Amino acid sequence: MIQLNNIYRDFQVGDQTVQALNNINLTINQGEYISVMGPSGSGKSTLLNIIALLDHPTSGQYLFNNQDVTKLDDNALAKIRRENIGFVFQFFHLIPRLTAAENIEMPMILAGINRRQRQQRVKQAVASVGLSDRASHLPEQLSGGQRQRVAIARATIMRPGILLADEPTGNLDSHSGIEIIELLEALNKSGMLLIIITHDHHLGKRAQRRIHIIDGKIAPEK
Amino acid sequence: MTISDTFQQAFLSIRSQILRAALIVLAMSIGIASVTILTTLGESARRYIVNEFQSLGTNLVIVLPGRTETTGGQPPLFGETPRDLTLDDANALLKSRYVAAIAPINVGSAPVSSLGLERETTILGSTASLRRVRHLKMAEGRFLPDIESDKSLPVCVIGQTIKREIFAKQKALGQWMRINDRRFRVIGVLASEGESIGVDFDEIVVIPVASAQALFNTESLFRILVEAKSKSAMYKAVGDIGKIIEIRHEGEEDITIITQDSVIGAFDEILTALTLTVASIAAISLAVAGVLVMNVMLVSVAQRTSEIGLLKALGASESQLIGLFLAEAAILCLAGAVIGMLVGQFVVSVLQIIYPEFPLLIPGWALMAALLVSLTTGLIFGVFPARKAARLDAVLALAKH
Ligand SMILES: Nc1ncnc2c1ncn2[C@@H]1O[C@H](COP(=O)(O)OP(=O)(O)OP(=O)(O)O)[C@@H](O)[C@H]1O
Ligand SMILES: [Mg+2]
Repeated sequence: MIQLNNIYRDFQVGDQTVQALNNINLTINQGEYISVMGPSGSGKSTLLNIIALLDHPTSGQYLFNNQDVTKLDDNALAKIRRENIGFVFQFFHLIPRLTAAENIEMPMILAGINRRQRQQRVKQAVASVGLSDRASHLPEQLSGGQRQRVAIARATIMRPGILLADEPTGNLDSHSGIEIIELLEALNKSGMLLIIITHDHHLGKRAQRRIHIIDGKIAPEK
Repeated sequence: MTISDTFQQAFLSIRSQILRAALIVLAMSIGIASVTILTTLGESARRYIVNEFQSLGTNLVIVLPGRTETTGGQPPLFGETPRDLTLDDANALLKSRYVAAIAPINVGSAPVSSLGLERETTILGSTASLRRVRHLKMAEGRFLPDIESDKSLPVCVIGQTIKREIFAKQKALGQWMRINDRRFRVIGVLASEGESIGVDFDEIVVIPVASAQALFNTESLFRILVEAKSKSAMYKAVGDIGKIIEIRHEGEEDITIITQDSVIGAFDEILTALTLTVASIAAISLAVAGVLVMNVMLVSVAQRTSEIGLLKALGASESQLIGLFLAEAAILCLAGAVIGMLVGQFVVSVLQIIYPEFPLLIPGWALMAALLVSLTTGLIFGVFPARKAARLDAVLALAKH
């Protein structure tokens, strides 16, 4: 499903070049559950952003469903993101002026899905993350765990094949953290490819496949 | 993303920043209101004046003695003494097949009196055709009879003011009135024209042209009014008139011919130019509003950086983001335009109450132009911030919060 060949990602900071990713080779299949771990600054987020098509590698080949996506234009990339990739962030990134339901609805608006279908799907999604009674609340009226659940509902509303989470529990207490992880794992069980970046070894160990990144390189998998 | 969703999202985001939105709407509405008011004033003045000239007659050509334009060439040996225009000259003009009617005019001033009431007034000598050519309306009685123009007849038609002042205590129609020391019978009273450019017919006494010539002891005409058969015939008539007079005046075209059209055209042009100038000056305020739109939108983009990054992560394309921001600019500018037009309409209505005799009308094209200009201003000045938003690096934008 995802194949990265010789991916490099350099950042130019002043006259210095930072190699965030250094020759990454990675193949990921449908439905896998992967955790990504490694020290701070090792390149985990950069890798996830490239997989999410939010960032472009400096060099290397990225095959998404066997299609080379490094040469696609913005419109085509946006379409792939919209239809195939859900993203969950450490800081939730909910739009503050929109209610929980409206935030969840947003990807479908961008995809041009009609109103009636949107409302129906939002209703289901809100129920599936256990927030039916909070649907009309603004983000500021929700707890951290509830916000992250809204974010997960939003990330999965388009039923993407891939769910990416960059430290989804990083801003939560351990109790709500576990709840969120369980929610994500349930989605994985239903067939979604799940990649989670985490600093927490206990959480990392729950994944079948663990990737360690050190200095922009993938350490040999055990 | 559908158009209606785009506008709804834009609307929601406007609603969350009311103060900023109000600023744009205010600036835009001031610009639109001033454009509306100023074009209305200019355009109404133009219509007023053009209407006044149009009411003077239809396809009117005016012939004056003497040439007013400089022709160059040899200076005349005996000074410029143009020949007089005579009644025969006037009648000769009827030979042109483009001329529908002529009215020779002779003017002088004389005291008029009846039963001890007396005043000095303008006496106009003409023929029955004057009524047709000059679109005169009768209040009572009839106009001058249709007789040979060289026949004098002791009859007169008077204006409303004359009737009021000379015949204050009696019925005017059928009475004798003294002009200088001659007696004329009043056969008609003109209807009031209201305020009009040119001669005030309320203060005038019309008598047959031959009688006026005798009264003022002169053969020469003040001018000849000519009605051409149609608008296109007007210019041919002008050529014919020149030729006819040239032949009669021993090869010299010593007259000035003015067409009603050219006078109206000149005024029309001047006043249109004035209106446009004034409107353009007012449009500067629209440009200022545009700059403000850009500024406010740039701030908005900066404040919503992480939201833009998020939308990109959710699958928004650059064109969708541009659409969202342009929709915001368009909504704000249109709201400003509508409010501005309402304010303009209100001010114009108030002015109309203060000056009821001056008909004010907001020109339709000005409203359309105002809408269009505000929308284009908003879009042009909105494009830069919108593109800036769309081009943001998603990862960097998301990192900001
Ligand atoms: N936009 C950027 N400009 C310059 N350098 C960057 C940029 N983004 C990332 N880097 C650098 O690339 C390297 C990898 O960053 P990355 O964010 O991927 O690390 P990470 O593993 O996610 O760290 P953390 O666990 O702290 O989130 C770091 O050295 C970072 O400083
Ligand atoms: Mg990171």
